Amino acid sequence: MPISDLSGNVVNARTNGSSTLVMTIENNYFALFGLPETFRVDTAQLSDRYLSLQKTLHPDRYAHLGEREQLRAVQAVAHLNDALSTLKSPLKRAAYLLELKGVDTDASSTTVSDSGFLMQQMALREQLDEARDAVDPLLALEQLLQHTEQLRLQLFGRLEADLASDDPAAAAQALQTLRKLQFFDKLRQQIELLEDQLADL
Amino acid sequence: MLLQISEPGQSAKPHQHKLAVGIDLGTTNSLVATVRSGQADTLADDQGRHLLPSVVRYRADTAPLVGFDARAQAADDPMNTIVSVKRLMGRGVEDMRRLGDQLPYEFAPGEGGMPFLKTVAGAKSPVQVSADILKVLLDRGCASLGGELVGAVITVPAYFDEAQRQATKDAAQLAGITVLRLLNEPTAAAVAYGLDRASEGTFAVYDLGGGTFDISVLRLNRGVFEVLSTGGDSALGGDDFDHAIAEWVLQQMGEVKLAQGEQRRLLDLSRAAKEALTHNEQTELSFSLLGQSWQGVLTREQFEQLIEPKIKQTLRACRRALKDAEVSTDEIAEVVMVGGSTRVPSVRTQVESFFGSKLHADIDPDRVVAIGAAIQADVLAGNKPDAEMLLLDVIPLSLGLETMGGLVEKVIDRNTPIPVARAQEFTTYQDGQTAMAIHVLQGERELVDDCRSLARFELRGIPPMTAGNAKVRVTFQVDADGLLSVSARELASGVETAVEVKPSYGLADGEIARMIKDSFGHAQEDLEARTLREQQVDADRLVEALQSALAADGERLLTVEDRAVLLQGIEQLKRLRQGNDHVAIAKGVEVLSLASDEFASRRMDDGIRRALSGHSVNEI
Repeated sequence: MPISDLSGNVVNARTNGSSTLVMTIENNYFALFGLPETFRVDTAQLSDRYLSLQKTLHPDRYAHLGEREQLRAVQAVAHLNDALSTLKSPLKRAAYLLELKGVDTDASSTTVSDSGFLMQQMALREQLDEARDAVDPLLALEQLLQHTEQLRLQLFGRLEADLASDDPAAAAQALQTLRKLQFFDKLRQQIELLEDQLADL
Repeated sequence: MLLQISEPGQSAKPHQHKLAVGIDLGTTNSLVATVRSGQADTLADDQGRHLLPSVVRYRADTAPLVGFDARAQAADDPMNTIVSVKRLMGRGVEDMRRLGDQLPYEFAPGEGGMPFLKTVAGAKSPVQVSADILKVLLDRGCASLGGELVGAVITVPAYFDEAQRQATKDAAQLAGITVLRLLNEPTAAAVAYGLDRASEGTFAVYDLGGGTFDISVLRLNRGVFEVLSTGGDSALGGDDFDHAIAEWVLQQMGEVKLAQGEQRRLLDLSRAAKEALTHNEQTELSFSLLGQSWQGVLTREQFEQLIEPKIKQTLRACRRALKDAEVSTDEIAEVVMVGGSTRVPSVRTQVESFFGSKLHADIDPDRVVAIGAAIQADVLAGNKPDAEMLLLDVIPLSLGLETMGGLVEKVIDRNTPIPVARAQEFTTYQDGQTAMAIHVLQGERELVDDCRSLARFELRGIPPMTAGNAKVRVTFQVDADGLLSVSARELASGVETAVEVKPSYGLADGEIARMIKDSFGHAQEDLEARTLREQQVDADRLVEALQSALAADGERLLTVEDRAVLLQGIEQLKRLRQGNDHVAIAKGVEVLSLASDEFASRRMDDGIRRALSGHSVNEI
C-alpha cells in the first residue's frame, strides 16, 4: 500500500477560489502532539492531546467567524486526524518513523525474502482453514489468534529496538520486520472475518 | 437592559442572538426544534402538535398537503400520497426495483438515473418531496421564532451513504434552507442526552426509526462527544415490522394478490396492530379485499417471531460497531434508545440482553434527535463561541478507488474521524498513456460491483511517459457534513482536475438552480435580492469576526501598522456593504479575507501552543 498520506502535503491541497491558503501548522506528527519521536507512544497521552488540539482547531470553534477561518480549520483538523490515525496504529507509526529516517516504505520496493517466515505464514493460513471445520471453530480460532499474538509481540519487540537505532542496517532490518507484521495484520483480519461469519450463523 | 461596554474601534453592536433550528427529517415523522433562553425544545404547529408526519399528498393545480391531513388521506389516494420518502433518498432505479412490491407508486425514469414518482401534480423526485416537508418545518420555525433563520442543522442516519447525504442537502437547498451541518442522528441524540445528564464515559446509541437503523459508540469526555464507530442499515426500520405483519395477514387470507392501491390500507392496519402490541398481549385485525373479508388475532409472541430476523440483523451491526470501536459490552456504561421503533418490547429486551446494561429512554425517543440538532445549531450559528461542547464524528463507510481488475483500493477506511483529507499515489500502466480514469466508490467489499459507485472522472493531459513513470496523486477530502470531494494531480506536470462528488442519484447543480428559480416564480429581481442579501450577510460576518479577533489578539500578535491596515479594510467593507452592488461587496469580502490571512494563521498557531502548554516540558 502506498503510504502517501505521510507527506503532510495534503494540508496545502485545498484551494478557495483563486488563492491557496498557506498553513503553518506543524508538519511532523510527533511534534504536533508534542511527543518524542519513538516507536513506543503513550496512547492515553496521545488521545488526551488529540482532544485538546481538537478543542482549539475544530471548524465548529470558528463557527462565529468567517468562511476562510473555517476552511483553514477544516484543513488543520484533517491534518490532525491524519496524524492521529498514523500515530495510533503501530504499523503506520513504524512506517512513518522509517519515512522520517528517509527510508522508502513503498510496498512494491521491498519483499520478504525470509523463506522460514513465509513457510510459517503458509502453515498459519492452513490452520485458519482447518479451524473452519473444527468441532468448536470459535475455540480453534481463539487459539490461533493467541498463537499469532505471541509471534507478533516478538516481532514488535525487534521492531522497537531497530527503530531506536541510528544504524542504516537497523532501518533496513526494521523495514523487513514491518513487512512481516503486515502479513500478520492481514492474517488477523482474516481470522476476525471468519469469526464474524461464524457468529452470524 | 445590560450595558454594552466597548472600546474604541471595536464592535459596538450588541451581541445578537441568531435564530437557528435543528430539523429531524424522519422516515415516519419529522420535527423542528430550537434553543430559546438556553433551553432546547421542539416547536409545535398552530394546533399544538409537535410531530409532522413525513407524508406529502400532491394535488392537481393546488399546493401539496403535508403532515397529518396527508397521512389521513393516504389510503384514499395512495398513488399521489408519498409516504416514507426518506427510504427513496439517494437511491437509483435499480434500488427501487429491489424494493419492488413494497412501493405502491408509479415511477418515471428521471435524469441521471434518478427515479421520479408520478403524481397528479407531475413527476416528483424524492428530493422534491423531502423539500416540501422541509418547507413546512422551516415555516413553522420562522413563525415560532418571529424572524429570519440563519440556517438549520439537519439530521441524517449515521449510516447514510454519500448519495443519501447529498440528496438530503439538495432537498434543504431546494426548500431555501441554509444547511449549517448535516448531523448524524445518533450523535444528535447523544448530545441531547449527554448534556441533559452531564454523564462521562463510553456509551452506545441504538437508533431504530421508521426506515433506518443506526448504532453508534461514543465517548464523552470534557464536553467532547467523540464517535468511536458507527454502523447500521439505511434500509431497516419499523416499516419492515409493518410489512412483516402485512405479509402475515395476506398469508392468513390465502396468498391473495393485493391491488396496487390496497397496499396502503393494509400497511396502516399493520402499523396499528404493531402499536397495539406494545401494550397488549394480543390484538384483533380485520381486512377485506375483493369482497373477501377476514378477521384474525395476532399475539405478541407471533409478532415477535415475525420480526425476530430483523432484530437479529440490528444486533449483528451492534457487534461489528463494538469491534470497530475496540470496546467490549462491559465498557458500555449506558445504551441510549432512540427512534419510535424502540418502543417495541422485544427490541428493548433483546438490546438489553445483548449489551447487558441498562437502557435509557427517558427523553422522548421521537424528539431527542431534533433537540440535539437544535443544540448544535445554536453553537454553529455562532451563539456560543465559548461553549465547551464539541462533536467529533466519523464516516460510516469506506471510500476508495477502482484499480486494475475491478478491485477497490480503500483510500479512507470507515470510522475515520472527519473532516479528513487523504492522498494516494497511482501510476500509468501503459507507455505514453495521457489520461487516467478515476472511479470513486463507497463500501466495504473488495469488488467494484459490490460497492456503490459515486463518481467517475478523467485526468487528461498527462505528458507521455513510459509506463509507471507518471505519478498521479488522488486526494479525497471529506468535510464535516460527511460529503466527499476528490481531486487528482499529475505530480511531474502539475496537470490537475477536481470534482465535487455528485452521485448520479443526486440532482445536477443546474437542475437545482432551475428548481430554485422555478420556486421563485419568474422574478429575476427576487434572485438578485437574495444574492445581495447573502453577500451582505457574508460581509457582516467577516467584519464582526475580524473585529472580535482584533479585540482579542490584535495587540499581542500584530504590529501597529498591520492593525491599521486591517481596521481600514473593515471600514472600507462597511461602506461597500451600505450600497447594493453585490459584485463589489463580494470583491470587498475577498480582499479583506486575503488581507487578514496572516493574522488568522498566527492566531491558530497561538491556539495550538496554548492547547499543548498545559503539559510539562519534561514530558516532551
